[in-house]
Amino acid sequence: MDIAPILDRLRPHVPWGLTTPKQERGRAILFASAGVLIEVLQAARRHLALDSLVDLTCWDRLPAAPRYEVVYLLGQAAGADRLTVKVQIEDERPRLSTATGIYAGAAWPEREVFDMFGIVFEGHPDLRRILMPEEWEGHPLRRDYALTEEAVEFKGHTPKVPSEIIPFFPPRSAAGSGGDPPPVPG
Amino acid sequence: MNGLSRETLTLNMGPQHPSTHGVLRLVLELEGETVRKCLPVIGYLHTGIEKQMETRTYLQNVTLVDRIEYVASYLEEMAFYQAVERLMDVEVPPRARYIRVLMCELNRIASHLVYLGSACLDLNLSSIFMYCFADRERFLDLSEMVSGQRMMPGYLRIGGVAADLPAEFFSAARAFLDDIPRRVDEYERLLNDNLIWRERTQGIAPLAREDAIALGATGPVLRGSGVAHDIRKLLPYGGYEEFVFDVPTEPAGDAYARYRVRMEEMRQSRGIAQQALEGLPDGPVITADPKVALPPRSDLARSMEAVIHQFKLVSEGVHPPVGDSYVATESARGEKGYFVVSDGSNRPARVHVRAPSFYNLQTLPVMVENRPLADVVVAIASIDIILGDVDR
Amino acid sequence: MGMTAADRDLERNVLTTTVDRMVSWARKSSLWPVQFGLACCAIEMMCTAASRFDIARFGSELFRASPRQSDLMIVAGRVSQKMAPILRHIYDQMLDPKWVIAMGDCASTGGLYNNYAVVQGVDKIVPVDVYVAGCPPRPEALLDGLRLLQEKVAQGSFAGRTS
Repeated sequence: MDIAPILDRLRPHVPWGLTTPKQERGRAILFASAGVLIEVLQAARRHLALDSLVDLTCWDRLPAAPRYEVVYLLGQAAGADRLTVKVQIEDERPRLSTATGIYAGAAWPEREVFDMFGIVFEGHPDLRRILMPEEWEGHPLRRDYALTEEAVEFKGHTPKVPSEIIPFFPPRSAAGSGGDPPPVPG
Repeated sequence: MNGLSRETLTLNMGPQHPSTHGVLRLVLELEGETVRKCLPVIGYLHTGIEKQMETRTYLQNVTLVDRIEYVASYLEEMAFYQAVERLMDVEVPPRARYIRVLMCELNRIASHLVYLGSACLDLNLSSIFMYCFADRERFLDLSEMVSGQRMMPGYLRIGGVAADLPAEFFSAARAFLDDIPRRVDEYERLLNDNLIWRERTQGIAPLAREDAIALGATGPVLRGSGVAHDIRKLLPYGGYEEFVFDVPTEPAGDAYARYRVRMEEMRQSRGIAQQALEGLPDGPVITADPKVALPPRSDLARSMEAVIHQFKLVSEGVHPPVGDSYVATESARGEKGYFVVSDGSNRPARVHVRAPSFYNLQTLPVMVENRPLADVVVAIASIDIILGDVDR
Repeated sequence: MGMTAADRDLERNVLTTTVDRMVSWARKSSLWPVQFGLACCAIEMMCTAASRFDIARFGSELFRASPRQSDLMIVAGRVSQKMAPILRHIYDQMLDPKWVIAMGDCASTGGLYNNYAVVQGVDKIVPVDVYVAGCPPRPEALLDGLRLLQEKVAQGSFAGRTS
């Protein structure tokens, strides 16, 4: 998607909280503040003709802060334009407004993000766990949730579990983990 | 008669059920035989694949990736490695691109045969189930020739494919592809004018165009509702821009329309596979970059460098640059894409699978509302879900 | 005295055996599985039931939808934590005598997935008679597992389940 007109078309409706879109690896990406998420999605739907929600996901940037980065991939049903909107939210009571009013297809992905990361989507019609059993405690895809591997039962000693056997090699450069921190929005 | 009251009946369908195509549970509220509400409950096949991928190297992750959409493993690996190669900026040589497209399209035909077989089995047309699986066996033979395994091939690598196509593959693939039009014609002859099939799929499980777009459906579900949306045409990847093919679309939005879309897609896939097979260029099947691809085994006896690279790639793996990538691909069921985040280490920091069946299944309640109970089975069959994809 | 013609006729036309062996032979030759395909192994199980590998010629003519009408449960695929109680429920609904084949690595040991979501081996929930290795096991491997089970059933006792 051509990134030049994006900000011009969004700015009248979202005066603050957006970064300049950048083109990265074939995708147009912009960061938005949590407070303007709904305005951004509405403006994208109405003024950028992005009428479908392709994907909604999240990743845990621990130990970087803000901890969670929720990624919305917006697309077109009959066209090739796409926009990735990223929102970073804090660890303390993570919550966002629901996108189900704008894109009906956000219902299940938001439940999955709630189930796996614990992010509450305010206004969601039915925010329950979707993949784990209802009474499960904990949010499995968080970085500090253990994979919960079971060691093979030998008599006398406990062998290593697979993720301990497969060596972990940290990043070679000092760029660290968590990806680029976003520039200050606005 | 005045003392009678009307209540809705809550019926639980699944997760162990012959017609749910896996472990899907539906809680149906019935008024008589009409479904008033349908609530799918998923998660019965949740395997923690996304989290487990964070503890394995990129090469080891191909085994986990295979098992997500298990009838379309080549398409799944293609999606994963498109994202990783975009992240690492690795170029795939032409021969490898053609081989990948060839195996993906053969896999698409096989996946649609599984759809047709199961959909017919649900409606008690069990002969067609047998014919479809017999045809699919020929594809599984091809898969075994190429990768050593019928299912879960683990064939693609970063920058290409693991090994070249063996000599016996070409005649077998040509024979299979030559037979496809005749087989598809036969299925259509058996089904298109079949009273039972028409009565049970035409006008059944309708999905309006606006609903399909709003709910994020893609693939044959969206194309069966009249939207010409195919990632191979809209956002070409992996060499698809070099092939000539059409995108079948049907306006009706019912189960019959989706069936017609998939049948025509089998013919189109056969066309692409033939173009790939006949136009296969010469050359290496994997990138020559030693930091990304394993060296040829013959080099290991001669070159110390090759041994060191082999050792480092197998034990340590690759270190993609910090960042994330997403490449949309067209799997048999819709748009499949991998959101891969790298923190610079040898393991991905996060892998998220944009699962087409997950989004497609959201359309099920819309399809079956205020319809007879018998249509629920047809609706599930026509969406063609793979629970491994839905639950991951 | 020698055998009369009547005696020879009788010998030719009458088979003497034990009730145990008769019943065991009948049981092993008509093991009808319950449809319990969970994941990828289910597709290979469908291939085993299809025309090339044809499990019907070994007696498993039909995969019954209802556990009450079947005597074999082939657990084909990974068992998630959410599915585990249902697996046990279906197993409990089957009538005696019943047998379980753990098809594939995930059903046998948890397979590839050693994590929070997958039960590490279905024998934590139900007693398993035969384990078939593979990921997924080839249809021939499943048929071999079925053959092993049939040998086990053939040694069984009429009075009750073995083991």
